[in-house]
Amino acid sequence: MRVVVAMSGGVDSSVAAVLLAEAGHDLVGFSMQLYDQRDAPEAWGSCCSLGDLQDARRVANQLGFPHYIVNFEDEFRRTVVDNFVREYAAGRTPIPCVHCNSALKFATLVERAAALNADIVATGHYARIDRDDATGRYRLRRGLDRDKDQSYFLFSLTQEQLSRAAFPLGELTKPEVRAIAARRGLAVAAKPDSQEICFVPDGDTAGFVARQLANIPAGTITDSSGKTLGRHAGIHQFTIGQRKGLGLSTGVPLYVVKIDPADNSVVVGGKHELGRGELTASSVNWIAGAPPPGPMRAAAQIRHRHREAPGVLTPQGGDRARMLFDEPQIAVTPGQAVVFYDGDTVIGGGWID
Amino acid sequence: MRIYLDHNATTPVHPRVRDAVMSALTEDVGNPSSVHYYGQRAKAVIDEARSALAALIDADPGDLVFTSGGTEADNMAVRGALEARASQGRRRLVTSAIEHEAVLNTARALERQGWPVTVVPVGASGVIEPDAVAAAITHDTALVSIMHVNNEVGTVQPIAAIATRAREAGAWFHTDAVQSAGKLPISMREWSAAGVDLLSLSAHKFNGPKGAGALWVRRGVRLSPTMTGGRHERNRRAGTENVPGVAGLGAAAGVAAEWLAAGAGKIATLRDHLEQSLLARIDGAVVNGDALARIPNTSNISFDGIEAESLLIALDLEGIAVSTGAACSSGTLEPSHVLRAMGLPQARTRNSLRFSLGHGTTRDEIDAVIAVLPGLVDKLRRLARSAAVVR
Repeated sequence: MRVVVAMSGGVDSSVAAVLLAEAGHDLVGFSMQLYDQRDAPEAWGSCCSLGDLQDARRVANQLGFPHYIVNFEDEFRRTVVDNFVREYAAGRTPIPCVHCNSALKFATLVERAAALNADIVATGHYARIDRDDATGRYRLRRGLDRDKDQSYFLFSLTQEQLSRAAFPLGELTKPEVRAIAARRGLAVAAKPDSQEICFVPDGDTAGFVARQLANIPAGTITDSSGKTLGRHAGIHQFTIGQRKGLGLSTGVPLYVVKIDPADNSVVVGGKHELGRGELTASSVNWIAGAPPPGPMRAAAQIRHRHREAPGVLTPQGGDRARMLFDEPQIAVTPGQAVVFYDGDTVIGGGWID
Repeated sequence: MRIYLDHNATTPVHPRVRDAVMSALTEDVGNPSSVHYYGQRAKAVIDEARSALAALIDADPGDLVFTSGGTEADNMAVRGALEARASQGRRRLVTSAIEHEAVLNTARALERQGWPVTVVPVGASGVIEPDAVAAAITHDTALVSIMHVNNEVGTVQPIAAIATRAREAGAWFHTDAVQSAGKLPISMREWSAAGVDLLSLSAHKFNGPKGAGALWVRRGVRLSPTMTGGRHERNRRAGTENVPGVAGLGAAAGVAAEWLAAGAGKIATLRDHLEQSLLARIDGAVVNGDALARIPNTSNISFDGIEAESLLIALDLEGIAVSTGAACSSGTLEPSHVLRAMGLPQARTRNSLRFSLGHGTTRDEIDAVIAVLPGLVDKLRRLARSAAVVR
């Protein structure tokens, strides 16, 4: 079977390619060039830099299958970067990887694959797909390696997309993946893991957003009683739960507890003010294709690095949902994804209001 | 079966070239600058190659400087001319928007360093108007650099007419002939009379090895050296000669001269067969660039409603190698600066494929492409339509 494997040049997607090649598939490697890198300095360890694309090609050469670098700069800007900037400008904290997965890897790339008679696009995500024998529907499950699990970033895949996706690393742990890379002598075996946001390799998201926006309104920093504590140069610099970089000198540690785009204010408070007992989410994708019939016990994960918390999940009609936690959760952040789990199976997910 | 239709990117090495390179690698192993037997043998290889190349382009062997390839020859000409003439108050470079990056990016780099640069635009024909170049030449122009044949669409520029205008205005004239040397007849005797001062060429575009090229320099033109070091190539290009590469270049020149005298007509017939068959079988296919003022091995065709990138990959998996334009070092695919400069709408800069034929191209290969390509275009169009519906 012909399979397109999406290769970032990192160890994970390289090992995904190894496993598919060993299983005898007719592989075609694709690497996505996502932004103009002609003048970019070499950034080792950031996903999809020019050096990474070359690493992907080296691996494909080593394994003996064709590899192509496809230019997705326009789509990436349209579907990922613009949204990222807009969200920060609105005082929210976005996750670009989710859009990249659903709009590029499992949409545009799937189309490109279909043109080559390849029905499946494989990636190096740590997640599992299987089929529920009773319903015939695809299920999305956490990767076996709980530390590396990336199902959180994949919640927006549809049944159609899941039917065309493969995650060969789902049953493996990261040490096992590195061991396979070493055993096969892959050039990327010892390469460090990539950073979280590939197009902001220096990690300065506020600086990146500021460069994309024409004028950024300043605003006040207040406490929850409305008392002004200071001023800031734009709400895009803040995220819920943030402690550093507030520019305030107070005796007690203060955290961002609220960002209000209506008046560009940032509200800070003590750690006890960060807890939220519930959340609502919109643009929810239900993996099964339809919401659960009524309220159900579930666990919700509200950040990439968050231990899912139990509570009651209630579908609210349309593509909305509400989650009532058993215990208050720290830093429920608008713009981040919330993903609902039943055990290790993804029920669905959406965007925190 | 694998079919190679990307000869403007590079060509397979001819067996006679391979033999010449091997012989230089294994037998004539000396340094051409050495006094002894070994040096003399190596020097003889270089001299022989110089004569063969001179014969190919109707030039005097003494006016040829060997380089590491077309890019170095272009840099040597452009940078060397500007620096040599700056003291005369001539600092400006005039070039065109459809040059190869070897010239265009050199021009941009020089501009960033403060050298004045004028880029002459081109129309949809892809053929530069001599009047437009003449209008761009000013009293401070040191060099006019206009390519002979464009690598992407294959259009042939009116070099003699442009060079004449440059010389009348006191500017030196350089042409990047990387895509024409060995493929079209060139006479430096005629061109130097018309006003050409410098010409770049590259061995691997005409069945020679990679890493070998040459700059023809008209007698009396003194460039500032871009490479400094030993007194090689009559003090014009420092560095021990790439003897195997130069030997290969010389052998390739010999092969090309014979081919130009005997077999060159066949390639135009094959190209026209390919082009006419594709246009007849595929709706919304159109040839880019002037159909007449064109090198006979090249066809650049836009296919309405598809991404060239996808078509290129689908063809490659069928064993057919073509190009979407200039291949850059990373192998990424970008909209062509040449088609953009020709003023084509953005869609057409992203849906064009370049087919470039070579000496070995056969009728059967062309027929195989004609059999496969229409179905692939059709499939890509159907997928693009259904994707548009889903969105």
